Amino acid sequence: MNPRLAQKIAFAVLLLATLLVVLPVLVILLIIVGKGASAISWDFLFSMPRDGMTAGGIFPAILGTLYLVIGAIIFAVPLGVLAAVYLVEYSSDNWLSRLVKLSIVNLAGVPSVVYGLFGLGIFVTFFGFGASILSGSLTLGIMILPVIITSSREALESVPRHFRTVSLSLGASRWQTIRHSVLPHALPGILTGMILGLGRAAGETAPILFTVAAFYLPRLPQSVFDQTMALPYHLYVISTQVPGIAENVRYGTALVLLSLVLLLNLAAILIRSRFRRKKKW
Amino acid sequence: MSEISIETRGLNLFYGDFQALIGIDLQIPARKVTALIGPSGCGKSTLLRVFNRMNDLIDGVRVSGQVIIGGQDIFAPGADLLGLREKVGMVFQRPNPFPLSVYENIVFGLAVHRLARRQEYGDIVEQALRSVLLWDDLKDRLHHSALKLSLEQQQRLCIARVLPLKPQILLMDEPCSALDPIATLHIEELMQKLKKEYTIVIVTHNMQQAARASDRTGFLYLGKLIEINETVNIFTKPAQAMTENYISGRFG
Repeated sequence: MNPRLAQKIAFAVLLLATLLVVLPVLVILLIIVGKGASAISWDFLFSMPRDGMTAGGIFPAILGTLYLVIGAIIFAVPLGVLAAVYLVEYSSDNWLSRLVKLSIVNLAGVPSVVYGLFGLGIFVTFFGFGASILSGSLTLGIMILPVIITSSREALESVPRHFRTVSLSLGASRWQTIRHSVLPHALPGILTGMILGLGRAAGETAPILFTVAAFYLPRLPQSVFDQTMALPYHLYVISTQVPGIAENVRYGTALVLLSLVLLLNLAAILIRSRFRRKKKW
Repeated sequence: MSEISIETRGLNLFYGDFQALIGIDLQIPARKVTALIGPSGCGKSTLLRVFNRMNDLIDGVRVSGQVIIGGQDIFAPGADLLGLREKVGMVFQRPNPFPLSVYENIVFGLAVHRLARRQEYGDIVEQALRSVLLWDDLKDRLHHSALKLSLEQQQRLCIARVLPLKPQILLMDEPCSALDPIATLHIEELMQKLKKEYTIVIVTHNMQQAARASDRTGFLYLGKLIEINETVNIFTKPAQAMTENYISGRFG
């Protein structure tokens, strides 16, 4: 074939593949915004559901999802980052670090409904936290641990070796070196992992199904031991379990969930870019 | 010889099964520039990194023999590693400032060792920059990123970075190999100034540099210290045939 023609075809195929990636995102957005925007109102966002969810708002579900995401992050980020620091900075290639790495890979491959069952068994029943925000947050936290650990490890490994060497040569201890010369420079990458985990924690239904989510609970949770409604589960319920819910309410709920995730991501991205500007090499 | 700053006795170093340093006995005088020369892989950088125990970072390194700095064997059990590195500063091959401001680079060591109060930082930064003749260039750019400086300025900054710790010894591992000839001369001049206060040990693969900038020169080959003497003697009438072959460019 004429190389110039081949070049053109290759270019067209690559462009098409790229566009095909964008297409579903655009269509999803269009459908959800198109069908759901009319439901969005102050009342919809900030009032309790009424009449078996056929009327009123979704405020408890929004707040519930926010609580669960924050809870999962509070639990998973410190644990994940510390584990990553151990793996990258301290561990040599021994059975323990190999075991941890293997576990992370396996943890990432576990289906989310299995996390739900695990959470039910461990947190709800064994520790006796009941179906509660605490149980749900911990379950979601464990689910996003692999994402946090993996991206933190990559972030730590990408900090140039000489930062550590120089710091040690100035007489800094190993921990001082990590604390002052490594972690600050890995922070943007760690935050990226947090963003990814956050999106997953906000959107998953299965892990919260048995551990926290309430079918219909038109009041706000009073403590971490309370059940709460949550957006993904609420969406599932009003789409499949309760007849007679207006279409725009269903799509409106999806739109709120999507916007919430984007908003949380945006906040994290802004924080990250602030750190990026400060630390550059 | 006058006051001795570093002394090694029967120093051997192994990387796993490979012996990189073999029975090194030497004395390095205080407030002089001592150059270590030799072909690649002869152990000169390894020897330099013995003096601040940076080789400890490599898995499978074993050391035997004694290395005495400040009257103490730095490999004795319970030796103060962090204190040693405070006393023995190091400048690396590539200028490697932290991606922080000029000011933050210089106070890094102070903060780590809690050597001064914050109010004193300003004076210490000025003093350190004056010692490496950067103060006039940088006094208005203290809070700019150190990575924006020229390579020569970066390398001077890396020297300035170790000075606030008041080291007695400066180790320099081919400090000019990333610099152009003019900058190289400037750093060599700086070494002449700094040797009034500090013992300097420099590893170089540039024999002209050893000849120009050092008071004493040691020649290493295959892990052995072949000869160490006044630089003039090494370059004009070396005692060993191997040294003569190396400095006259017959191998290496």
